[in-house]
Amino acid sequence: MSNNNLTQKYITLYQNHKERLLDNSSQIVNEYRDKAFDAFKKSGIPTVKSEAYKYTNIEEPFSRDYQSVLESEKFSGNIEELFKCNVEELDTYTMFTVNGKFIGDNNPGALPEGVIVGGFAEMAEMHPAIVEKYYGKSALIEKDGVIALNTMLATDGLFIYVPSGIKPEKPLQVVNILTAENDILVNRRDLIVVEGGADLRLLFCDHTISTNRFLVNAVTEGFVADSGTLDFYNLQNQHNGTVQIGGYYFQQDKKSLLNANYFSLNSGIARNNVFVDMNGLHGENHISGLTLVDKNQHVDNFLSISHNVPECESNELFKSVLDDAGSGAFTGRIYVAPDAQKTNAYQSNNNLLLTDTALMNARPQLEIYADDVKCSHGATVGQLDEEALFYLRARGIGKDEATILLMYAFAYEVIEKIRVPALKEQIRTLVEKRFRGELDKCDSCIVCADINKVMNDLSGV
Amino acid sequence: MLKIRDLHAAIDGKEILRGIDLDIKAGEVHAVMGPNGSGKSTLAAVLAGNEAFEVTSGTVEFDGYDLLGMSPEERAREGLFLSFQYPVEIPGVSMTNFLRTALNEQKKYRKEKPLSASNFLKLMRDKKNLVEIDSDLTNRSVNEGFSGGEKKKNEIFQMAMLDPRLSILDETDSGLDIDALRVVANGVNKLRRDDNATIVITHYQRLLNHIVPDKVHVLYKGKIVKSAGKELAHELEINGYDWIKKELDEQ
Ligand SMILES: Nc1ncnc2c1ncn2[C@@H]1O[C@H](COP(=O)(O)OP(=O)(O)O)[C@@H](O)[C@H]1O
Ligand SMILES: [Mg+2]
Repeated sequence: MSNNNLTQKYITLYQNHKERLLDNSSQIVNEYRDKAFDAFKKSGIPTVKSEAYKYTNIEEPFSRDYQSVLESEKFSGNIEELFKCNVEELDTYTMFTVNGKFIGDNNPGALPEGVIVGGFAEMAEMHPAIVEKYYGKSALIEKDGVIALNTMLATDGLFIYVPSGIKPEKPLQVVNILTAENDILVNRRDLIVVEGGADLRLLFCDHTISTNRFLVNAVTEGFVADSGTLDFYNLQNQHNGTVQIGGYYFQQDKKSLLNANYFSLNSGIARNNVFVDMNGLHGENHISGLTLVDKNQHVDNFLSISHNVPECESNELFKSVLDDAGSGAFTGRIYVAPDAQKTNAYQSNNNLLLTDTALMNARPQLEIYADDVKCSHGATVGQLDEEALFYLRARGIGKDEATILLMYAFAYEVIEKIRVPALKEQIRTLVEKRFRGELDKCDSCIVCADINKVMNDLSGV
Repeated sequence: MLKIRDLHAAIDGKEILRGIDLDIKAGEVHAVMGPNGSGKSTLAAVLAGNEAFEVTSGTVEFDGYDLLGMSPEERAREGLFLSFQYPVEIPGVSMTNFLRTALNEQKKYRKEKPLSASNFLKLMRDKKNLVEIDSDLTNRSVNEGFSGGEKKKNEIFQMAMLDPRLSILDETDSGLDIDALRVVANGVNKLRRDDNATIVITHYQRLLNHIVPDKVHVLYKGKIVKSAGKELAHELEINGYDWIKKELDEQ
C-alpha cells in the first residue's frame, strides 16, 4: 500500500546521511537505525488507503521538499528578536529543543538527586544501560512506517529519567520550538522513564516561531514503572504551515498511573498517535484531549489502549470544536486480552461543529477477548444548543459572547482534568483567547517560562 | 410602555398568533390567561425575540421603539426580561459567570461602568435573600440539576439581578408548592415600581391572589378574546374556560 517513490525518497535520504547519523549517535541507537531502515523499506510512509491513516493524508506533506535538519547546523539564530514577551511565568524546571535538538545552555533549576534530564543524543552515550533497557521497546518499528522513519533518522530530543521514589517538586517543562529559514523536516526522539514510585509532571509546549513550513515526525517513548505516576501535558500552538505527527508510546507497569492530556490549539495538520500498553495489575490511566480547529486545520487523534493484563482501568475523554472548514478525526481502539478479566475501559468522544463545512470522523474500535469486562464508549457530533444560545441572549449577552460561553462550557470538562492548578488556570485563559481568535505568538508563551532568559543564553550559541 | 398591534406569528408555517392587540403602561401588571396551547408562551417568545418563531405581520413598540427589529440581546439590554416557562440547563456555564457577563453587557450598552467583583458579589447576596434561593445554587452551572421549583426561583433571582423595566413571567407558578409560590410572588411584588411593568402568564388564578393584576386578558387560539379587571381571573377559576369557548362559538 505504500507509495514507492516516496519511500525511495526517504531511503535515499537515509543512505546519503547515514555516516553522519551514525557518527552522532550511540551504538545502541545505531543498531536500531539499521533495523528501522529494513522495516521502513517494507512499510514506507502510510497512505490514506491504510485503516490507521484513512482520515489524514500524510503522504502529501512527506512528498514536499525540505531542507532536512540533518543537513543544517545546530541552531544559531537570535530568537530573542522573534519571541519577545513578558508575561507571567509558570514555576517549572524548563528546557528547550529547537527543531528537535536539545538546547542545553540554560539551567533548568536544581533537580532532585538522581534525576537525569538532557539531550537524548548526549544522555544515550552517558547512560547506555537505560537506553539498552528502554529504547525502541515501546515505539516498535514494525508498528508504523513513521516510527521506523523516526528511528532511522532521529538523533536528538529529550531524555528524562526519574529514579525510584523521586518526586520532583515542580513540573518539568519542555518548550519545543520550531524556527528555520527554509522548510524543514524534524525528527525528534524522546525517552521518558519514571521508575517505581516516582512521580513526574511533564509539560511539552510545541511552538513555531518562523513562518516557513515544518514537518515534524516526533516519537516519544514513556515508561511508568510499578506504582509510578506520570502526568503528561502537551500544548500545541503552531502556525498553519505546520504538519506534526506526534507519536506517544507508553508502557505501564503494575499500580502505575498515567495521565496524558493533549491540547491541540493550533496547527495546520496534527496527528497524535497515543498508544498505551497496560502490562501490570491495577494500572490506571486517563487520556484526554481538547482539539480546536478552524480555517482549514485538521487534527486526527488516534488512540490505542491495550489491556494486556487483568484489573486495569483506562479512561479516554476527547473533545473537539470545529469551525470554518476545519476537520478532525478520532479513533479510539481498546484491546482487552483474553485473560484481562475485570478490565474497566471507558471512552468518550464529543464533537461540536460550528459550521456546515466543518467535518468530523469518529470511530470507536473495541476488541474485547475477555468476558468479565466493564466497557463503555460513546461518540457524539452536534451543533451549538440553540435553546441555550437564546437563553443567554435573552439575558443581554451578545451572540458572539454567548457562543464563546457555550464553546467554553463544552471544553471545560477536559480542562478540569489538569492536575497542576497554575497550568489549569493558564490553559483556561489560552482556550478562551483561542475562542476569541486572540491567540497569537505572545500569548502562547504564557506557559513558556524563562523564555527571555533562554533567548539570551541562546544568542551566544 | 408596550404597544402590540395585530401581531401574527407562525412556526414551521403554522400560524399560532392570529392578531394580538395589547397595551401596557408603566406601573401596571397584566395577567394573560388561557387554556394550554392557546399561544401564551409563543407570545412571550416572540416578544423576547426567539428566532424559531416567524412574525408574519403586526407591530410591537417598546417605549416607542420598534421591538421586532431588535435582536434578543438588544431587547434585554433595553429592559425586557422573560422568565422562561422551561428554563434551559447549561452545563459548564457557572451561574456567577453567566450573571456577571449578562449584567456587565447590559451596563456596557447603557454606557455604565462594569460592577467590581466585590459589588457584584454583594448584589448577588442581596438578591438571593429576596427570593430565598439556596446559596449553593449560584455556585453551580446554570439550572443544571435544579429542581422545577429551584429553576423558577432562579428566573426571579435573575430578574432581580437585572432589574428590567418590562418582565414577562411565563407560568412562573407552575410546579411550585404554596411556600415557594409565596416567595416568588413576594419577590415579584418587591420589584414592582411605578416605572416598570409586568406580564404574568398563567392558567391558574392561584398566583394572582399574590400578584394582583390591573388587567386580565384571555388568550384563546392565538387571539385575545376577553379583557377585564382582576375579577375576570376569579370567574375563570370558578367556571373554567368553557363558557368563553361557548360564547365565542356562538358568535
Ligand atoms: N416549537 C414549536 N414547534 C411547533 N409547534 C409549536 C412550538 N411551540 C409551540 N407550538 C404550538 O403552538 C401552539 C401554542 O403553544 P404555546 O405558545 O406553548 O401555548 P401555551 O403556552 O398557551 O400553552 C400549540 O399548538 C403548540 O403545539
Ligand atoms: Mg406555555
